[in-house]
Amino acid sequence: MKQTKDDDRLFQHYLTSVRKEKKRVIIWQVLILISFILIWEVASRLYWVDPLLFSSPTTIYQVIAEKLQDGSLLKHMQITLLETVAGFLIGTIAGIFLAVSLWFSKRLSNILDPYLVILNAMPKVALGPIIIVALGPGYVSIIAMGAIISVIITTLVVYAAFNEVDPNYAKVLKSFGATKRQVFQHAVFPATMPTMISTLKVNVGLSWVGVIVGEFLVSKQGLGYLIIYGFQVFDFSLVMMSLVLIALFAAVMYKLVERIENWLIK
Amino acid sequence: MSFLTLEKVTHYYFSKQRVTKALKDISVSIHEGEFIALLGPSGCGKSTILSIMAGIISPTEGKVKLQQKAIHAPSSEIGYMLQQDYLFPWKSILENILLGPKINQTLSKEMKEKGLSLLQEVGLEHVGSAYPDALSGGMRQRAALVRTLINDPKILLFDEPFSALDYQTKLKLEELVSGLLKTYHKTTVLVTHDIGEAIAMSDRIFVMDSNPGTISKVFEVPIELRNEQPLLARRHPKYQLLFDKVWEELDTKETVSSLGGGI
Repeated sequence: MKQTKDDDRLFQHYLTSVRKEKKRVIIWQVLILISFILIWEVASRLYWVDPLLFSSPTTIYQVIAEKLQDGSLLKHMQITLLETVAGFLIGTIAGIFLAVSLWFSKRLSNILDPYLVILNAMPKVALGPIIIVALGPGYVSIIAMGAIISVIITTLVVYAAFNEVDPNYAKVLKSFGATKRQVFQHAVFPATMPTMISTLKVNVGLSWVGVIVGEFLVSKQGLGYLIIYGFQVFDFSLVMMSLVLIALFAAVMYKLVERIENWLIK
Repeated sequence: MSFLTLEKVTHYYFSKQRVTKALKDISVSIHEGEFIALLGPSGCGKSTILSIMAGIISPTEGKVKLQQKAIHAPSSEIGYMLQQDYLFPWKSILENILLGPKINQTLSKEMKEKGLSLLQEVGLEHVGSAYPDALSGGMRQRAALVRTLINDPKILLFDEPFSALDYQTKLKLEELVSGLLKTYHKTTVLVTHDIGEAIAMSDRIFVMDSNPGTISKVFEVPIELRNEQPLLARRHPKYQLLFDKVWEELDTKETVSSLGGGI
């Protein structure tokens, strides 16, 4: 009896030490954030840096409040978010679909190999002007940019993962007389789930790149447009504000994908 | 009458660099209920023979017949068990053992009950809903055995199923498998490089030679050893006698094939 009490005490001790460490980490993180904002503000007010170029936290806060009130910021945020999520989903799903097709047909994979290499090596944003000419200067083009930037790399990574699945799992299934589809369904697809999830994480970042560059080029609306516009009229508070918002949204999206990951891989 | 026959089976492996003759003119005939051990050095084509018997690969030349019918593709009549258990980590033990019926679309309530009773028979009645990670090596291999047995195959093919286990677990599993096979009167082919295992478990031992793979000698296991459980058979005086003979046969091969490698 005494033994178990002792064990319990040790366990509680361990838990408190874990909690303490976590607290310490969070305190440091908050400290860094606050001092960054403070130093930025002070540096800007005391003209250590040019406030016209680097703005300041209070100015950015004012711009956000002002733009939220007249309703224009909400529209820009909505548009960019929608484009990014759409680009991300289309790019990822198309990439996985392509990888599946390649897995099902070895010949198709051999035929397409050089084209995939070229498309992968090519900087996709360079295709921007052509996409805009082809699809029109609107959100369709921007979504296409967000998707095209991640589709090929998704295909290559996921296809490679398909091929790395231990062939003995397929052998077990084949010994039961499984078809290729069944091998895919029961062995290859579930085995590569972790890889597919990690490409999701990479694609979140990639689709933001595609969408922001797309908005630079189309220059109609969205956070990317605000950056370009702020740059052109030399309003760097606007540029900084857009950057802060983009960082925030990208982080939230990444965290969401992480949630999905935890839910799928228990 | 012969149950499983191989007629002049020859098999080549092709790669960009070379052609390898893995098997040459293998002709065997196995009777119903018989336990055959395929023994030989690594790379002698033991596993290739098994894959051919299972219908997973078709031989370059020759025929394989199960009860006078040619085998062209894998079927539920043949149970195949690999060196490692290859239980699917994302499926529970019960889902794993019901994989065969699921693939063949014969999954039913009766099948499920049969699976549960087989689990009980190998002492795994409590782990049906657990995932393979939670099981020890021996338990996993027993689950894999149930997965193979559930389809009620006419012939069982074992590709070194005990070799990845520790010695004690291996001996226990040998006992279990040997008992089960006798109860259900299954025809079995066991690939192994363990002479003791071959003698303790089988009725006949085919010793193989490599480059290309051929069957060089067939040993009959004395009836006294066949009737014993593997653990007791290992202690029988005739066990050591046969062990020495088989050892000698394999030993001469080793020297010859290593010479061949030098040339």
